[in-house]
Amino acid sequence: MDILIAAILTIITAATPLLFAALGELVTEKSGVLNLGVEGMMIMGAIIGFVTVHHTGSASVAIIASMIAGAFIASIFGILVLKFHARQVPTGLALTIFGLGLSALIGQSMIGVAYTGIPKLAIPGLASIPVIGNILFNQDGLVYLSILMVIVVYWFMNKSRAGLILRAVGDSHDAAHAMGYSVVKIRFMAILFGGAMAGVGGAYLSLAYSPLWVEGMTAGRGWIALALVVFASWKVGRVLLGAYLFGGITILQLHAQALGIGIPSQVMSMLPYLATILVLVFISRDKTKIKLNSPASLGKPFHESR
Amino acid sequence: MLPRLIKRQTPSASMVYLSPVLALLLTLAASIVLFLMMGVSPASALHAFFVEPISSGYGLSELMVKATPLIIIGVALSLGFRAGVWNIGAEGQLILGGIFGGATALFFYEKTGFYIIPLILIMGIVGGMLWAGIVAFLKTRFNANEILTSLMLSYVAALLLNLLIHGPLKDPDGFNFPESRLFSDSALLPILYDGTRLHLGAVIALIAVGLGWILLSRTLLGYQIKVIGDAPAAGEHAGFSPSKIIWITLLISGGAAGLAGAIEVSGPIGQVLPNISPGYGFAAIIVAYVGRLHPFGVLLSGLLLALSYLGGETAQIKLNLPVAVTGVFQGLLLFFLLASDVLIHYRLQLSKEVV
Repeated sequence: MDILIAAILTIITAATPLLFAALGELVTEKSGVLNLGVEGMMIMGAIIGFVTVHHTGSASVAIIASMIAGAFIASIFGILVLKFHARQVPTGLALTIFGLGLSALIGQSMIGVAYTGIPKLAIPGLASIPVIGNILFNQDGLVYLSILMVIVVYWFMNKSRAGLILRAVGDSHDAAHAMGYSVVKIRFMAILFGGAMAGVGGAYLSLAYSPLWVEGMTAGRGWIALALVVFASWKVGRVLLGAYLFGGITILQLHAQALGIGIPSQVMSMLPYLATILVLVFISRDKTKIKLNSPASLGKPFHESR
Repeated sequence: MLPRLIKRQTPSASMVYLSPVLALLLTLAASIVLFLMMGVSPASALHAFFVEPISSGYGLSELMVKATPLIIIGVALSLGFRAGVWNIGAEGQLILGGIFGGATALFFYEKTGFYIIPLILIMGIVGGMLWAGIVAFLKTRFNANEILTSLMLSYVAALLLNLLIHGPLKDPDGFNFPESRLFSDSALLPILYDGTRLHLGAVIALIAVGLGWILLSRTLLGYQIKVIGDAPAAGEHAGFSPSKIIWITLLISGGAAGLAGAIEVSGPIGQVLPNISPGYGFAAIIVAYVGRLHPFGVLLSGLLLALSYLGGETAQIKLNLPVAVTGVFQGLLLFFLLASDVLIHYRLQLSKEVV
């Protein structure tokens, strides 16, 4: 029983950063913008969150700072893509390369610095329920926030008028423009939201998952988040499912050795990447289905003059 | 008054070549700001970064050593990028080339023969092609996004190298260090000038530039690549097979990256290590773009990015600056290039009059 609880707790901590980043990218992509810079935005959130908590001692301030950092470097992408008509694929790659470099530069003095990790917030009463109390109601604030964000994004996308407009911009920017909506403004906000969410996802890594700073510590999670959006067919509920499935793969990695299965650690570490490829293959093989589900204007440039 | 962007009737030919120059100038300006923020004198930092590394013959030879893998991969990536095939996993294909080439070198340990070096290079190409071939198969057969699959495979490749260097490739007399034996002389690329590390790979890089140019401008395949990239519908209508282009561009870029990996282990490194590339596969993406996806341009931009690596090392030694400055410089350069490229299709208008 204890092993089971430990496994579920590991799944939650491994899934949370992916959930944040994938939710943010989902909103960005729904507006018709493909931002491949998730990895760069995550790692910036990770280092800024860590530096902030080191200097202020406040996890809340650190989390807000990581959101601002993610949104800030996402704004560079937004300006290039929306104002300078730069192509989205190379610009997103540039964002990742830049973020990895800049975070390493900022983090130079943070190597070897310890942090206790963000505190758990036990919900009084509920947390003392046997078994599920510890799993569901004795998490850190970011885990609750990630679940709250699933609900908020779901409501925004499917129930709110603003979400309807955002989806319209993503499906047909010319029609949305003709109806008088500012495509550029709406997309810029969606990009900023994606950046802030990736930033807090990164901060979860450096503040809670393994509370210290390591260069390149996102280790491809930004790319996995991108794949999760495809896996989820751009649907919010399935992002939640996908993130927790990937969290489940991570526990295989951590617990297989404890169980004495004689597989080299490197092979176990390959699992999330191999699983991402498998999932992509499984989801993408039906071309029509992908076409129907993805935002119709995804990745296409928008020129107001036309 | 803010300048406005006005769409040009036709793309500007001169801006295509001026944009990288503008981007470089803007990157230098941004670097000065960065150095000031880090409390370093910009003059001495820029000198350490861009002048000192190439102010000696040895420095120039080192520049070419670093540029060799960047140019080989950059030329090949340009072909794919032109066709809209996004191979982002050259780093992984380079690692596979290093594994295959390195294993070959170790297989012929303490043997001599003229065939060993060609075999190492060919096996490197095979390794890179194998890795990129997976991407091509998944793309053409299952429609799986090549950006994500090639990148995921890069992480897998790094772990595979780590696994092998702790196992079969490990030096049996190496006190359990994760390193291979030092290759025998017959498995090391010949040095072109005594006293430097300039090796045969530099010649291969120049040949790659020539081959890339011939392929792109003098063959039907090059024409097909350009048409599929510029107008996919027109290409398909003309009977060009997109699947074929995906396979060919991925195999070429994978093979080139694998070749670069084999060259690195049998050239400047001389053994297999857990880490055989400081991100050459990713930097080559920038090389391809800054070089305007043209082989001759890639030659120049390969040297520029090589300088960013050398400069980073010099700045670390002389000014105690972190090596990460190199990554920031590379990212900034690509950002500014993409921004400057707006001037190819648009022009700036400062006055209010409507044209």
